[in-house]
This record gives sequence, C-alpha cells and structure tokens, in this order.
Amino acid sequence: MANMSPEKIKMPEQAPDVRNKNFEEVALGYTAEMAVEEAQRCLNCKHKPCVGGCPVNVRIPEFIAEVAKGDFMAAYQVITSTNALPAVCGRVCPQESQCESKCVRGMKGEAVGIGRLERFVADWYMKNCDEMPEKPAPNGKKVAVVGSGPSSLACAGDLAKLGYAVTIFEAFHKAGGVLVYGIPEFRLPKAIVQKEIDKLSALGVEIMTNMVIGKVLSVDEIIDDMGFDAVFIGTGAGLPSFMGIPGEALVGVYSANEYLTRINLMKAYLPEYDTPIRNSKAVAVVGGGNVAMDAARCAKRMGAEKVYIVYRRSEKEMPARLEEIHHAKEEGIEFHLLRNPVKILDNGEGQVCGIECLKMELGEPDASGRRSPVPVEGSNYVIDVDTVVMSIGTSPNPLIRSTTKGLETNRKGCLVVNEETNQTTREGVYAGGDAVTGAATVILAMGAGKKAAEAIDNYLKNK
Amino acid sequence: MFRIVNKKELNSMVTLLEIEAPFVAKKAQAGQFIIFRVDEYSERVPLTIADYDREKGTVTIIFQKVGLSTQLLAAKEIGESIQDFVGPLGVATEYDGMKKVAVVGGGVGCAIAYPQAKALHEMGVEVDVIAGFRNKDIVILEEEMQAVSTHFYLMTDDGSQGEKGFVTDKLKALIEAGNQYDAVIAIGPIPMMKFVSLTTKPYGIHTIVSLNPIMIDGTGMCGGCRVTVGGKIKFACVDGPDFDGHEVDFDELMNRNSIYKAREAELTETHLCRMEKMAQELIR
Repeated sequence: MANMSPEKIKMPEQAPDVRNKNFEEVALGYTAEMAVEEAQRCLNCKHKPCVGGCPVNVRIPEFIAEVAKGDFMAAYQVITSTNALPAVCGRVCPQESQCESKCVRGMKGEAVGIGRLERFVADWYMKNCDEMPEKPAPNGKKVAVVGSGPSSLACAGDLAKLGYAVTIFEAFHKAGGVLVYGIPEFRLPKAIVQKEIDKLSALGVEIMTNMVIGKVLSVDEIIDDMGFDAVFIGTGAGLPSFMGIPGEALVGVYSANEYLTRINLMKAYLPEYDTPIRNSKAVAVVGGGNVAMDAARCAKRMGAEKVYIVYRRSEKEMPARLEEIHHAKEEGIEFHLLRNPVKILDNGEGQVCGIECLKMELGEPDASGRRSPVPVEGSNYVIDVDTVVMSIGTSPNPLIRSTTKGLETNRKGCLVVNEETNQTTREGVYAGGDAVTGAATVILAMGAGKKAAEAIDNYLKNK
Repeated sequence: MFRIVNKKELNSMVTLLEIEAPFVAKKAQAGQFIIFRVDEYSERVPLTIADYDREKGTVTIIFQKVGLSTQLLAAKEIGESIQDFVGPLGVATEYDGMKKVAVVGGGVGCAIAYPQAKALHEMGVEVDVIAGFRNKDIVILEEEMQAVSTHFYLMTDDGSQGEKGFVTDKLKALIEAGNQYDAVIAIGPIPMMKFVSLTTKPYGIHTIVSLNPIMIDGTGMCGGCRVTVGGKIKFACVDGPDFDGHEVDFDELMNRNSIYKAREAELTETHLCRMEKMAQELIR
C-alpha cells in the first residue's frame, strides 16, 4: 500500500543560523527508514512521466521500487545504468523542473522526493560498497578528454570501462571542473567528487592537470603528435560576463567565477590556505541563478553581515533551484527583486561603497518565454555594500575553438555538434556539456558525456 | 611536480629559477607567462617567462620577493619541486615589421625586457635597451642585456651606477636625438610603464607594455585580471599580457592590484610560520 502522505519526508538539515557560519553540507540526507518510507509514496505509474522529465531517463519508478523493498544495491544498479554521477545529481539537479515536475503525486501535494532518494542510494552505496572498479583489459585505443567537469567525467568513465586508454587534460591544478571550483562544499562535498575521480583512476584513466588545451597543446597535436584516436571536448562555459556598467573595475567587484574559485577551489575559507579574498561586510550578488545563490551563501559564510541578491526579474523567473532560493532566504540572504544595477559606486579610493539600482516592472514575455523587465524611470536607489559579485552568466571559452581548425561554433561561441553523436564538425572530435549548450545543468552535461562516449566507441570500433 | 634545476640570487630581492617543465618549454615565446603554485596551500601567481630551453625542457623565471608566494618560491632550492607550473599562457609579443626598437626595463621588469631584447636581437632588429634601477645594489642582468643590444643605457635614480636619471629621461633624449623607433617595449612597475607611454605618445611611437594583474586561472575564466584598454574591458590573461600603452588605464590597474595589500602585509608575518613548517617537513 502506497504511503499517501501529501508531503515528502523531510530531509534533515543543519539549522540555518548554524550552517550559515560553516561550509559543511546543508542537507544531511535520508536515513534508510526515511528513504523506504518516502519510496513508498511512489505510485509506480505505468506511463512513468518522471522518466521523460529526466535528461538521462533514469528508470525512476524501478529504482524507487527497489528502495521501497530495501534493496538499495539493486536501486543503485538501476540508477547507474544511465546516470554516472548519482551522488552529484541527487544533490544538484533541479528536480522540481525535471523528474519531480512530472510526478503524479505532485498534482495533489508534493512530488515524490526523487532527488533525495537518488542521493540516498548513491550515498548508501558509497558508504557500504566502497570497492574501486577494476581496470578492464585495454583495447589498444587512446581517447583524450579535455576538461574534467561532469561531461568529461562521464565520458571518460564510460570509455575506460570499454577498455580505452583515456587521458583527461585539465587546465586547473585539480580535476573536477565546476564541481570543484564552482559548486560550494556545503552543497556538494568535494570528497564525493574526489571519489568519482578516484574511480576513474582505478579504471586506468590518466589525469594530467595544468594542461590548458589550446595553449600547452592543440587538439591537432593531441591527435597527430600524441596519437590519440579521438578527442572529447568538455571544456564548459567558463568565460564570465560583466554588465558593462560604470564601476565594474573598482576594487571589490568580482565575477562569480573568481569569487567562487577563490573560496571553493582555492579554499579561502580555510585558515591554512594562503588564498586572499576581500573581507566583506556587505555584499551584493547580481543574478538569480544557482551560481548567484552559491556566491551569496558563500559570502554569508565568509562573515559578511549583509548579503543581497539583486535580480532584475521576479522570484518566479529565477533560474535557481527552488531549494537553493529557499535555503538562501533561510540563511538570511535579502532579495532585491525586480531591481537592475546601473552603477557601482566608488568610495573615493577606488573601492566599492555601494550599488545603485533601478526598479523594474515585468513587461511582455521575451524570446526565453520569461516576462522581460522594464525599468521604472527615476526609481534609482543605493544599497550600501563593499563588495559586488557579478553572476549574470558565462559563455564558452574561445581557447580551443580559436586554435583548432575546422571546429564550427554558433554565434554564442558554442561548439556545433551532431545531435545524435555529439561529434563536432571535425571527424574524431566530439564535444558535450556547456561547451556545446552554453551554461546548463550538471545532468545535461553528464548525459552528453555518456552519449559522446557511446558514439566515440562506435566510431573507433568501425575505424 | 616541477623540479628546480638551477637557482641564482640576482640581488637581495630578486631570484632566478630554472624549472623543468617540458610542455611549457616546448611552446614558450617571449611575452608569454606561466602560473605557479608552490604547494597545496599556496596561491596561484602569474609570472612572465624570462627564458626557456626547448632541448633541456626548462623554463626560467625571475621574480622579486614581494609577497608570501614569491618568498615561498624563493625559498625552494635546486632539486626541490613545486606543485604546479602551467603555461605558456597569454599571447606572444608581436614583432611584425619592427626594424628598430627601444626596449625599456624597470627594476625586476628587466627580467622580462631582456628576453624581448634577445628575441629582437636574434631577428636582426636594431635594439636600444634602457634599463632603470633605483640604485646599483639592485642592478640585474647588466651583461646579458648589453650582449643583446645595439646600444645599452643603464640608468639609476641616484646615479650610483650608469647615468643618473629615469628611463623616461633617456628615452626622450634618444627620440629627440633623432632615433626613429618603430616601437617601444616597456616592462616594469606600472608607474614606469605609464610614464614611458606618456613620453612616447606625443611622438606617436607604438608602445607595447606587458601587464601583470592579479589572476587565478590564466585562461579567461575568473575575470580578475580585467583591465580597461581603449575604453573596453580586456582580460590580460587571454587578450594580453601585452597591450598598447597609449590605450591602457594604468591608474585603474594600479588600484586593482592593491586589493590584497593589507592582507599581503598580514601574510608576510605568517610567512615565517609557513617557512618553519616547510623546514619541519623536510627534516621529517
């Protein structure tokens, strides 16, 4: 008999006024009892609408049925047949706009906590079956994977399991891409990412850090001189945008990329690290996505007394996950919605002392379907802040496309690929993730990495 | 890990290290830079490449001990290694069409001016090198620069060696004396590059400066190194580090580079503890 409670089983969390002073994980995860109980809320619908809501079609009712039976191992096998990074996706996927948005239970009450269950299963596996995979017999072919974010990790993993000798080239000193430099520890513990990378190493994947492809080596050199049979480009969308308003060059204005990298990758929050960061009292984060929420919540944890989100549309249009918005509010982040910055103010010494904003109203829907904001003339006001973090989006890095002949890109700088195979406009060169789509989600990137791995395997088998 | 194969103290503040980094050495060109990180706890710091040896697979960097990271780096000895060394980053200097060039170096900036002069000299370009230092105690690379220049002018602020005066005095005198430079390449402290650019502007001489702002990744991803050039935001790591000196907003750059000054002073105090820790680890 299904559990007919209209609400999800609550997931234990650190209390807001405790967690906004530390970097430990906010959500603590279900116990086995909670997971079984939540799994029993699933009606196991015949038409499985949730599966269609998942970018990688995880067989959701099937894994949830295993959880309900208490067979967590079987549940893990079901999930990982299509999702290479369940512990990550269970934490960072926007379930409310994907699988859970389609859940029949969501029509009257809350959807089944699919993300929470996925996370539980992945964590349970990590805790109880912590065997490293064995290195498969080599098939004699070499594949280069550029970048080490979610698409690359998925692609490298699938290829390594098929016996390919895979080398990952990472530009930073540490592998993991956005999972280590972007998403904060309190949302995605780095030990989980490291475990995924350790698994790749166990499968025989070689990871070369400090390798900026397009500078240190070109894609052509990887193929011609180093003898790789195929290349996967998973370099993400790392180039930060600025608004182009006066004052953006003042001391105290960061891109979200820089701010988060200093904190997450370079561990500015730990005393034993030398990484400098501004000692901010009041911070305005401009933007409404997950990255903006991450930056705001980091700022709070770094000791800022006041942290504001400044977003030009209303909360409904915010691209961030509901849970992140909810958590940010609980942690004391103040939201200035329908507000657009027009100027960052100078304290007279070249440092930020405020941000001048204009009130906005929602007009007609724009190309994205979201109602576009229209400024209210003369509504300017100033928020006193000493730090501004610009989190208004990123675009793909031109380093590879500008140094590789025959790679077509669209007008946004995204690599053009065949949708079936993720092959770029060059034979043997594949791409996936944000480098192709522009800034998107971990699960889409992971799915693209898996798809490309399959296509690379087909290509090299027939070559 | 990247092993140090040679080390020289050029003066009390300036150190030369030759580091094994075959991938960097293979591609390095004058004007490009690397980013180093001494150990897991260290910052990532950019330094312009002073020299490279493609056969040996080594890259030479010359740097002043100005903060914690450069002090930690300078404390490394031959045979020891540092954690990270990535490059070559940035765009190499463009020498197209240059027949006669003045290369101006200030202080430790001479470490970067020297390879520029050397590259030009090897291309058969007439190179006048003007090297400026505060006083004779901090003069570096004098013989090396002399060897690759058509004319070499050593300037000190106090006249304790070479001629007394600023590099801009000498540059102006040379231009006034009728020297027709296709370009001036200036590398040194920001105020020096600013004043060299101001000096050449009335004469309309193309002036290249090499900027060294704060950055993290060196690939265009953090935006920390943004500088205003000709009224537009540029990222020094991927668009530079060379820029047209007549277009750079030097005052803004100087301001941006001061962001961690207070903290830097604090860190220098903790530096001793870090050195102590490193020593302890060595003993173990």
